[in-house]
Amino acid sequence: MADFVYAETDPAELAEYREQVETWMNENMPRRDPVNPWHPTQDDDERSTRNRELQRRLSDGGYAAVCYPKEYGGQSLTIAHQRIIDDVSMDFDMPILFSVPTLSICGPTILECGTEEQKQRYIPAWIRGDELWVQFMSEPSGGSDMAGALTRADRDGDEFIINGSKIWSTFAQRSDYALMLARTNWEVPKHRGLTMFIVPIHHPGIEIHPIQMVDGTEEFCQEYFNDVIIPAENVVGEVDDGWTVASRLLFHERASVGNASPYTQGRHRSRSADGLNDLAAFARNYGGNVGRQRQRLGETETLSRVEVLLSDRVVKGIESGYFPAPAGSLVRLFHGLSRADRTTVAMELHGDRALVWNQGEDTGSYGVEYVQRQQTCIGGGTTEMARNIISERILGMPREPAADRDLPFNQVPRSG
Amino acid sequence: MVPVRVDLSGDQEFFQETARRFIETEVPVSVVREWHDLPDGCPQSWWQAAAELGWTSLMVPESLGGGSISGRPIVDLAIVADEMGRGVVPGPFMPTNVVADTLGRSGNSDQQSLLEGVMAGEVILAWAFCEPGGDWTPSHVAATAAPSNGGYVLTGTKTAVEAGAQAHHLLVTARTPDGLAQFLLPTDIAGLTVTPQESLDLGRRFAEVRFDGVAVGSESLVGAPGAAAEADVERQRQVMVLLQCADNAGSAAKVLEFTVEYAFDRYSFGRPLASYQALKHRFADMKLWSEASQAAVDGAADALAAGQDEARMVSVAKSYVGDRSVDLMQDCVQIHGGIGVTYEHDLHLYLRRATVNRGLFGTPADHRDALSELVGY
Repeated sequence: MADFVYAETDPAELAEYREQVETWMNENMPRRDPVNPWHPTQDDDERSTRNRELQRRLSDGGYAAVCYPKEYGGQSLTIAHQRIIDDVSMDFDMPILFSVPTLSICGPTILECGTEEQKQRYIPAWIRGDELWVQFMSEPSGGSDMAGALTRADRDGDEFIINGSKIWSTFAQRSDYALMLARTNWEVPKHRGLTMFIVPIHHPGIEIHPIQMVDGTEEFCQEYFNDVIIPAENVVGEVDDGWTVASRLLFHERASVGNASPYTQGRHRSRSADGLNDLAAFARNYGGNVGRQRQRLGETETLSRVEVLLSDRVVKGIESGYFPAPAGSLVRLFHGLSRADRTTVAMELHGDRALVWNQGEDTGSYGVEYVQRQQTCIGGGTTEMARNIISERILGMPREPAADRDLPFNQVPRSG
Repeated sequence: MVPVRVDLSGDQEFFQETARRFIETEVPVSVVREWHDLPDGCPQSWWQAAAELGWTSLMVPESLGGGSISGRPIVDLAIVADEMGRGVVPGPFMPTNVVADTLGRSGNSDQQSLLEGVMAGEVILAWAFCEPGGDWTPSHVAATAAPSNGGYVLTGTKTAVEAGAQAHHLLVTARTPDGLAQFLLPTDIAGLTVTPQESLDLGRRFAEVRFDGVAVGSESLVGAPGAAAEADVERQRQVMVLLQCADNAGSAAKVLEFTVEYAFDRYSFGRPLASYQALKHRFADMKLWSEASQAAVDGAADALAAGQDEARMVSVAKSYVGDRSVDLMQDCVQIHGGIGVTYEHDLHLYLRRATVNRGLFGTPADHRDALSELVGY
């Protein structure tokens, strides 16, 4: 299947577009409060309602997910237009919740692999902010080996009956639909017995349990399926050919994490990444080893800047054919490593204040972020998987041997 | 053919391909090794051939007979530096271009008249800046230019002056009562001693330059002492660091390429090195460093071309590329095993050059210090 097509864009037209976007944002979107920004860990209900409302506003203005085709409610514009919206939107509250995975991962997967009815039915609903989607991909038995899914979907006439469990879905409890990979054939090797389904989340037989993370948030969920009945029209692609669909989904996930997707929408500054001036001011005033603090700040500034430049290089390089599409994994790997490093630096620059703090102070959150820092190297495909992809699909090195490759799935050894 | 930047125009691509082909045919590594024995590092006839390709005219203004490929000279110049790094090619490329850039901008008409010879590859220029124990910042410059009889008398010692012994003219940075000043001197002037130095880099040539009361007229000044000269010095440092980084990004990419090939060809325990995940993951990291290094170089070149945020982006490039390029090469030595630490293997030629680039004009740590100030420390 084709990778993204990046159309040529006219600089003068883009400059005009930027002006339009700026004017519209100023008049229609709430400006982000830099001192007390609306924080995504706030109350779930408020977060969901607020995101839907913001997405609706964007959509009414014609600035929502502009790279989607007009026939499905988009604007048929280019990634350059979307990036302009992203740049301008840094100073505004944006419906970030819709960006990943709904619009940038589930969306293009349906756009490429869905039926015409599915596209008509679902795409306009995301763009308008009516329906939020999640991914039911990872399972408790393993995250990286997605094709080893154990959740089963047994056919019964025009329906499938689902049993099993999925995990690490983001914000499932407030979402509407999920893309789910389940096993429909156990007699064939693992990649050939999977099917992709569209699953309504608030549906008989589905139980959702939030997972409390190190920082106390409950953004991720685990779901349990107990004889959940799904109509056959909810199959995406062909029955038993779900891996083809999943491969596209993974491609879009990498593009999304690597900031190379035309379908991501809006961007918020992250505190440890962009608050370098604040960090510098804190460190200077609070004290500590000056030479070391300077080095750490300089290193952080280096990584932040190079990450943007690398992302730009990879996007342009995929566009010009210099890089193969899996090059998005370069950005994914850089992002994971540099973000982890920046989180460490943010803690270090807060000295003992990130470890022991007075009641009412916020400095402890840097310590908590540090404890949770590997999250950016795990979620969205681990950095180890990114390294596999870079070495195998960019450098062309031999693939890892897989003991389960040609074995019928019901004969594959599995843990416990 | 592999481009260095991913956004080259058709003309730039032709320019880059020509440079690469010229280096591959005229100066393959076997020739580079032969040139190590030449006192001047490369034959003058070759330098003239390189000049014919435009390698010394890019930074010279069109009004003085120069001109770039893309209208962004610094970007075109970085393309050549990338290619020279790939080929570990010697030659007074960096200092000649850095000084030519300043003469084109701030030189008087006599000084600018030298540029014709520079563009023909007949005149070599060098920049005498760093002093023993100095930190490559303008504040370390202790050499003095004392006003005397309407001119100046220069006293001091400069070290690691690239192409110092090959240059026909030296740009000297020294301190006057009015602040920093720069002078352009012929290298045969009385009181000036140029002594060739040894270098870790076997290809390029460096020298110590001593001024024992060198008397010069005020017509030797390049631009005005004080703020104008300081701005020129800053620009020279930035262009030099960009070229070093481009050189290292080019050589790191080349080293990675032949080490990847080696990993496919070399078998142990019955399978190629390239099939071991422990090594594949290291290669993935190295590929990341290599591509990110090129991105950092391009970012710095773009910033210099636009005259926007260039101090920051140049320091970002040195901070990143300076370290990652040599880390990458050391890892490639490790993957080669014993052969990687022999004189016979080419790896050390690249590592030597990259290590010199890493250290001169500020280490990565120096540039991180500079960045910390830019983020408000």
